[in-house]
Amino acid sequence: MVDFVSVSLVVVVISTLLVVRVLYVISQSSKPARNTSQKNLSTLVVLGSGGHTAEMINLLSVLPKDRFAPRFYIAAATDNMSLQKARVFEDALDDKTSLQGPEPTQFMQIYRSREVGQSYITSVGTTLFALGHALWLMVKIRPQVILCNGPGTCIPICAIAFIFKILGIRWSNIFYVESIARVKRLSLSGLLLYKLRMADQLFVQWPQKQYPRARYVGRLM
Amino acid sequence: MDDINNHFEFKRTVFVTVGTTSFDSLVRTVDSDQVKEALLEKGYTHLVIQMGRGSYIPKKSSGEDGSLVVDYFTFSSSIADYLRSASLVISHAGSGSIFETLRIAKPLIVVVNEDLMDNHQSELAEELAERKHLYCARPQTLCEVIKSLNLDIIVPYEPGDANPVAKLINKHLGFPAD
Repeated sequence: MVDFVSVSLVVVVISTLLVVRVLYVISQSSKPARNTSQKNLSTLVVLGSGGHTAEMINLLSVLPKDRFAPRFYIAAATDNMSLQKARVFEDALDDKTSLQGPEPTQFMQIYRSREVGQSYITSVGTTLFALGHALWLMVKIRPQVILCNGPGTCIPICAIAFIFKILGIRWSNIFYVESIARVKRLSLSGLLLYKLRMADQLFVQWPQKQYPRARYVGRLM
Repeated sequence: MDDINNHFEFKRTVFVTVGTTSFDSLVRTVDSDQVKEALLEKGYTHLVIQMGRGSYIPKKSSGEDGSLVVDYFTFSSSIADYLRSASLVISHAGSGSIFETLRIAKPLIVVVNEDLMDNHQSELAEELAERKHLYCARPQTLCEVIKSLNLDIIVPYEPGDANPVAKLINKHLGFPAD
C-alpha cells in the first residue's frame, strides 16, 4: 500500500536531487575543462537567416577544423540560403585539407516553432512539434559542442542539450555569441540563455555592463 | 570626339541593396526624381538597385537624356562585385550588408526600415554612424542626407577579429593553445 507520506518523501528526494544536479551542472559548465584528451569534439552549428549565418561562418573560419569535427549544421526548414552557405564554406575547406574528417559533415533542417505572423493558437501545436523534432535530432547527434548566435531555432536545441546534461545523457559545451547587431542589449535568445544560465559561455560583441556574466570579446566582423 | 568620350566615360555607380528583405519604401525613395537629381548633382552617373523581395519595380533608364542610368535586379548569389564597383552604397540595415561594405571601405548610407516590427537593426546603424563609419538615414530623410553628403568625415572601419573568442572557446574546451 503506497501511502501519502512515502509518495511525498520520494517526490522531495527526487526534487532535491534534481536541484542539486542542476546547480552542479551550471557551476561545472562555467568552468574550463582542465585538459581534454580528446582530439576532436562533435560540433553542432546552428544557422539562421539574415546575418546569423554569415557571422557564424566568420567564427568557424578561425576555429581549428580538425578539433571541431564532425560538424552538423542545422537551419530552420524555411531558411533556404543558410545551409547552402554552409555547404559552400565546407566545400572550400575540403580543397585546402585533404584529410577526411572522422565522419562526413551533415546538413539538417529543423522545423520552426513559429513562423512570422502565425497565429498564437496554432503556434502551440507547431512549437510542440518543433520541440519533438529538435529532440529527435539531438538524440541522433548528441553533440559535444554547440555553437549558436541568436536565431530562435537555437532555444529548443540548447534547452534539450541542457536537459541531456542534467540527466547525464551527454555533456555538451554550449557557446553563444550574441550577434554584432545587438549593440545595447541581448536578443531574446541571448537573454533566455543568460538568465537560465544554459550556456557555458555567452559572448557579446559590444560592451554591455548590465550583463556581468557575459564576456565582451569585441567585434568579430 | 564621341569615341574618345565613350572610352573615357567617367562612371560613378550608386549601388542600392536590401538584402533578402522587402524594402519598398527605400526602393521607391531611391527611384524618385528628387533622389536621382540629388545623386546626379553629387556626380554619380549610374544607379543599380538590388530590390530583393520587394513589389515596387523601379524604372530602368538608359540615361540618354543626361539623367542617371538606372538598372535593377532582385537577387544575386553574391553582391561582392556590385559593392566593389560602386562609388557609394545605400543599404538596408542588415549587418551582413553593412560589414561587407565597410570591409572594402566603400562609402555607405544605411537606411533603417521603420516598418520592421522589432527594429534592433537601427541600434547597429546608429552606433556605427555615431562612430562616423557610415551615414544613417530613414527613407524620408535619404534625400537630405545625400544632398549634405560629406565623405571626408568618414572614419574607416577597422575590421573585427574572431580570434579572441576562438581562443576563449578553445581554452574552455581544454584544447592546447596553438
